[in-house]
Amino acid sequence: MNRPTDRELDRSVALLLRIGVTLSAAIVILGGILLRRGLFNAVPDYTHFHPGDPGLRSFMEIVQGALKFDPKSVIQFGLLLLIATPVARVLLCLIGFARQRNLLYLVVGTVVLLILTLSFVRSS
Amino acid sequence: MSVLEFSALLFGTSLLAGFLGSLTGLGGGVVIVPVLALFFKMDIRYAIGASLVSVIATSSGAAVAYVREGFSNIRIGMFLEVATTVGACFGAYLATRVSNRWIAIVFGLVLLYSAIASFRQRDEAVPGAAKLPNPLATKLQLNGEYPGPLGAEPYTAQRVPLGFGIMFGAGTLSGLLGIGSGAVKVLAMDQAMKLPFKVSTTTSNFMIGVTAAASAGIYLSRGYIEPQIAMPVMLGVLAGALAGTQFLVKAKVATLKYLFAVVIVLLGCEMIWSGVTGRIG
Repeated sequence: MNRPTDRELDRSVALLLRIGVTLSAAIVILGGILLRRGLFNAVPDYTHFHPGDPGLRSFMEIVQGALKFDPKSVIQFGLLLLIATPVARVLLCLIGFARQRNLLYLVVGTVVLLILTLSFVRSS
Repeated sequence: MSVLEFSALLFGTSLLAGFLGSLTGLGGGVVIVPVLALFFKMDIRYAIGASLVSVIATSSGAAVAYVREGFSNIRIGMFLEVATTVGACFGAYLATRVSNRWIAIVFGLVLLYSAIASFRQRDEAVPGAAKLPNPLATKLQLNGEYPGPLGAEPYTAQRVPLGFGIMFGAGTLSGLLGIGSGAVKVLAMDQAMKLPFKVSTTTSNFMIGVTAAASAGIYLSRGYIEPQIAMPVMLGVLAGALAGTQFLVKAKVATLKYLFAVVIVLLGCEMIWSGVTGRIG
């Protein structure tokens, strides 16, 4: 396997970002369309913060809700995918560094990925 | 107001913010929070959640173009992301502890800084300092080549610990306020580390998504990301920002930039005032 140059790494990162953003925007729009029956309801009060539906705050429940085509869960799932896009980018760079045999950046990238993972695990 | 009207109004506002933000280079996210908090009278935590999500969208959306142009530096970005992600987790933790008043005041100050920073002199060439050897930067491979007018020019980062420290601050602000804090990231790379300006702005934009992702999980579990608000805001800012980059080549933006900077200064003052008087609280 030949070592990819920095430019090749750049290009695969660009492709990944494009796919991630497009897909998540599409899913969020789908959620908006599914919401149609709720569109004529009155807007809830957002002037004061209340944490809201726990089903929209944990990863597992968002995925379960999205599989049942619950509109808000679908939107939230799209947003989750959007949040995952930069994380996937770090992972892709990590693969690139591994193929470049760049040990130092393999470590640096792993640290970033670890921090991201910890932030998600700790919060859920 | 029905959900439909509310969403349409939010979408339109976000579209405009994203468009002006990308056209002027000030970023759309930075005005979303004050507009939602001041004009839509939303609790600032909902505004911050929706803003953070739209920041990830525009960062990833715009990075596509930047990365392909070959200005951004993946290694420098990755190295500094260690600082920004730790900062972002700290900032998101702070956001759950600090009162809305303080968030509004800090936000106002960051708005004022962003407006001022956008008028700093920009030198397109590789700064002389970036050509000096720097043992630490070399050891950390914080160097690269910049496509200058006379072909590829090599550069090396300077003052690495200072840049790293400022990046931690940028990450904290991002996690606390739900913004990309691009202005502070550019400060770290352009002013502290003496990197070429284009490399600083594009690498900063590239890092914004990862930084924001580090606090997004915490925001989500706390309920800051409300789908009914985040959906129109994210789609609006993203569409506006993409339209802005298409438009950028054709339009003369100097006047527009002044106008937008004035708007940001006014919003910044209003945020500080609202925090001080407790109208946002």
